[in-house]
Amino acid sequence: MKDLNATFERFGGVMLLPVILAIIAFVLIGRPATWITLTAAGLAMGMMIFLMASGLSLIFGLMDVLNFSHSAFVTAGAFVGATVLGWLTLWIAGSNPVLNIVGLLMAIAVAAVVGGLIGWFFERVIIKPVYGDHLRQILITVGGLIVAEELILMIWGGAPLPVPRPEVLTGSFIIGEVSIEVYRVFAFGLGALVYLGLYLVLDRTRVGLLIRAGVENREMVEALGFRIDRLFIGVFMAGSALAAMGGAMWAGYQGLITASLGAEMMILVFIVVIIGGLGSIRGSLLGAVLVGLMANYVGFLSPKVALLSNMILMMAILLWRPWGLLPAVKR
Amino acid sequence: MSLAVEQTGAPRQLPMGRLLVYGTVGLIALALLFAPFLFPDVRSQEVAARICVFIVLAASFDLLIGYTGIVSFAHTMFFGLGAYGTAIALKQFGASFTSIALGGGAGVLAALVLAALIGLLSLRVKAIFFAMVTLAAASVMLVLASQLSEFTGGEDGLTYSIPRLFSPATELIADAEGKAVKLFGVALNGKIALYYFVFSSSLALFAVMLRIVASPLGRVLKAIRENEMRAEAIGYRVVGYRTAVFCIAAVIAALAGILRAVWLKYTGPEVALSFDIMIDILLIVVIGGMGTMWGAVIGVVLMTLASYYLKDLMALGAEATASIPLLPDLLNPDRWLLWLGVGFILLVYFFPSGLVGTLMDRDARAGK
Repeated sequence: MKDLNATFERFGGVMLLPVILAIIAFVLIGRPATWITLTAAGLAMGMMIFLMASGLSLIFGLMDVLNFSHSAFVTAGAFVGATVLGWLTLWIAGSNPVLNIVGLLMAIAVAAVVGGLIGWFFERVIIKPVYGDHLRQILITVGGLIVAEELILMIWGGAPLPVPRPEVLTGSFIIGEVSIEVYRVFAFGLGALVYLGLYLVLDRTRVGLLIRAGVENREMVEALGFRIDRLFIGVFMAGSALAAMGGAMWAGYQGLITASLGAEMMILVFIVVIIGGLGSIRGSLLGAVLVGLMANYVGFLSPKVALLSNMILMMAILLWRPWGLLPAVKR
Repeated sequence: MSLAVEQTGAPRQLPMGRLLVYGTVGLIALALLFAPFLFPDVRSQEVAARICVFIVLAASFDLLIGYTGIVSFAHTMFFGLGAYGTAIALKQFGASFTSIALGGGAGVLAALVLAALIGLLSLRVKAIFFAMVTLAAASVMLVLASQLSEFTGGEDGLTYSIPRLFSPATELIADAEGKAVKLFGVALNGKIALYYFVFSSSLALFAVMLRIVASPLGRVLKAIRENEMRAEAIGYRVVGYRTAVFCIAAVIAALAGILRAVWLKYTGPEVALSFDIMIDILLIVVIGGMGTMWGAVIGVVLMTLASYYLKDLMALGAEATASIPLLPDLLNPDRWLLWLGVGFILLVYFFPSGLVGTLMDRDARAGK
């Protein structure tokens, strides 16, 4: 058993889990073309969930705040993105691929900016007074969630909103028997880009160093004379912006969105954060990829138990590692 | 010394806050006791029965959040297990008390097992982690209920009949002509029997919870809430106690679910499992006051009144401000939850112990 563990760790440890999952699925599915399509779908879904989960996890890691309103940020991002896409219909529906992409990127950017602003407001007004008090934090962010959801309903109404998809991103790549939706490739690329950006900022810059230090030991960073509250607000805004971005991407993926989008995604986001370990970006990525793959494979093999399978995955991982796979904080 | 000060100090004030709380609770209890005679119309009886069940549900949630400091989002899951167990049994085996006992018993047992599992698995970690795990579990249960539609009726839910004793056509005391005897103008039929079944069961469950809170177990729970490390150091197994209270609360919630299922003759995701109910319970307990059983009672009544009358008030406001931009939208009766949410946030800021807690605290301070 010990040898087995050591070998497992040497070949990448928990990072191997998605690979193992993919191999098991390959055996069960049996048809390579289907398997490739499902894997691509799973990776794309994982990347979008990663966008939403990373913000939550980062905010928790640094500020020790679990933001239950996070799902409202996702919904807000989705609706803002959809609205901007609606305004830019001429660009989006046109045949010029550059304008298509620019339009979509603008929608995502506007969603991110709005998300960041909402985050700023939230941190200042709602969360700041209750730092350090978990019970009141949970309560107050649930209160914030109620208010934010109601405001979204007030602005956009309860009816489902169709989201135009850029011309260039419709359809699929077809290679032999394998077909992969273009939007999924785009989603995967953007997610990977964001991960790379986060990695570079956190691991290669001074601000990133401070954030990581703050996750590790907040009092020490404060004692060394850094204004941790400014870091807090920055991270909170960034986390909210990421959530809104994920929401906007998801809106484009779904094509039709309702106000309950955020709440539905939140279940998966929570599972991802729990699996990955609170506070770690790498953990969120790992968890998101696992959940995305699991959802797609099981969705194909037996659709009824798709969500249940992720729950079982979470339970199994909690039994094995109660703190998640790659936790950054052990408080 | 301190004794002397107390005796020679200012004359003891009447504990106004405490009296107010007990008076209100007494009034509510009386109103519920005589509800079928005081408010004979159908809608009021629905409200009264809903209040009875929700007092039990909110109080059992308060055992967790207020007395032990555990935040669980799975409370409606247990409520739903009780309700669905009863509903499925009544649907499959016909309308009899045996079905209620069997189905309800199965639901309660399922709630107990699930609570023990979740508790042992995740109560040893942080409060926040636990909140997330319960939220995930509850969401899965909601999805399961809508997917296993051959048992649960899916989104439409289940409609079924209940034992004949509880039907409005049954006379409890028949007069010479075979009609139900009237008392204060209200026919003594099965509906009354059903209401008093719900009322007395709720009362009994509430009494059990009052007993638990006053027992040594209740004291340990409060100790855990105040200082976990210290409780552990004194020699109490914190995880064990937390799991125990989580199981107790789950069982009581499942029992409340049975009452709800029997009263409504209908069980569906909307009335037994949805997150709206969870949010309702949370609002009730926080508004009423965490850590006091009476808070749950007053919170339920306030929330119920708010959900019926705040909407009317807002409709009036929306009409009055129809010419101003934005305001009518904000005052649209559908947005009543918005104002409740704002009120909730303000309450958590300024009166974290809720209405009842604040009133009682004031006495404690005035008494010193």
